[in-house]
Amino acid sequence: MSNIPKDLKYTREHEWAKAEGDRVRVGITAYAQEQLGDVVFVELPKVGTKVTAKKPFGVVESVKAVSDLFAPVSGEVVEVNGELPNKPETVNQDPYGKGWMIVVKPSSKADWDQLLTAQQYEELLKQGGH
Amino acid sequence: MDTPLKRTPLYEAHVKAGARMVPFGGWEMPVQYAGIVEEHRAVRGAVGLFDVSHMGEFEVAGPHARVVLQSLTTNDVAALAVGQVQYSVLCYPNGTIVDDLTVYRLADDRFMLTVNAANIDKDWAHVTQHTEHGKDARWTNVSADTGLIAVQGPRAEALVGRLADQDVTKIGYYRFARGRVGGVPALVSRTGYTGEDGFELYAKAADTARLWAALLGAGHGDGVQPIGLGARDTLRLEMKYALYGNDIDDTTNALEAGLGWVVKPAKGAFIGGEALEKIRAEGVRRKLVGIEMVDKAVARHGYPVLKDGRRVGVVTSGSYGPSVDKYIAMAYVEAPLAGVGTELAVEVRGAAKAARVVKTPFHPSRVKKA
Repeated sequence: MSNIPKDLKYTREHEWAKAEGDRVRVGITAYAQEQLGDVVFVELPKVGTKVTAKKPFGVVESVKAVSDLFAPVSGEVVEVNGELPNKPETVNQDPYGKGWMIVVKPSSKADWDQLLTAQQYEELLKQGGH
Repeated sequence: MDTPLKRTPLYEAHVKAGARMVPFGGWEMPVQYAGIVEEHRAVRGAVGLFDVSHMGEFEVAGPHARVVLQSLTTNDVAALAVGQVQYSVLCYPNGTIVDDLTVYRLADDRFMLTVNAANIDKDWAHVTQHTEHGKDARWTNVSADTGLIAVQGPRAEALVGRLADQDVTKIGYYRFARGRVGGVPALVSRTGYTGEDGFELYAKAADTARLWAALLGAGHGDGVQPIGLGARDTLRLEMKYALYGNDIDDTTNALEAGLGWVVKPAKGAFIGGEALEKIRAEGVRRKLVGIEMVDKAVARHGYPVLKDGRRVGVVTSGSYGPSVDKYIAMAYVEAPLAGVGTELAVEVRGAAKAARVVKTPFHPSRVKKA
């Protein structure tokens, strides 16, 4: 079973979300990067972009496939990992660390409570990840 | 309902090695083992083993075998000596492509054709319907009885040489010999689909797992790795080798696909010959070119190619090229825009991303031409 840190929340589309004060850091899970294989391209929004929970905010591409990135929460992008476009392989190497994608300032607290806990996400993966 | 996927003689070995298995052309095949980029680099830097047993093999034998092949394929079979291999194309009467293939002259009156896995049934129908199928030219479909392992990379010659009962350094490019490799009777062909030196080893299906194990065992010191279809695709893309179903199909003709070098009308009549001569005389309308992305973006099969906002072509294959460290693609573009250096754009998710036509192969070929 993939690494699923207990202190994070998760989406059904395999993004993780980490509460950092009044902000939320976002990336994709270890399971997601394993399924994708070698990540060769990451497209992220600019700082200031408004993102909507459960809607795409960017794109990650492996050698074989293009996948949308889904925002765990609605709000404004306040930070973007500028290293990723030049070093997309970081997503494979350190999905929960240096492979983070964006930091969002949420517009409400409601989205957070909709996210999966680590235990719920683990259940999802046990059922095949879909 | 879905028909069950077919499995090669190496299916168990792939699963045991932890390969990710995917459906491909009706077959359950390994797309990757260690990871596509790592496998790609192993082939360019050391040696990789590919299970290509899903590919089809037909034999045609008899006094008319050569004449029959001349009428079916675009290349000149008369120029093919026993022990040689020839790249060729099967065309429809309008010059579009049934399949691309390799033709082996096994004996004066006996040939083997290696065809794409997804096209086996279609090709079989084509070759048997369009030729007299009698004692003068007997067709046999030996696909199910034949396993095929490609050994590709700078260490391939050393690895195969260590296991072979003959001096494989003497087998020239696009030539073959029969012998034993790791004790297994095999046809040893100096061919491949990666741009590296190497061999394709044909063996009986029942012997293929033993041959695979022998190569993996003997190649440890060479850094041998099993390679999946994912890296097979990036390796061939860096060479601009066409892949049937992506870059060539029944809507593309052999000339616009850049396969004019295997279209030989001087040899006499063949299916598609008249149409191709007409196209050659008039000039092709579009050409398959190599494209390098200038803006950061991955061009994928089906993405539109633009020039000043106007649609001028379509991407047929595209990916990150690990050895060139660039995003590269193959695309059909209008003939006047096919020149190296032409500035184009590829439409990626609604945005025009700058690209340019470049010289190919994208990565220098290291096949052994001598």
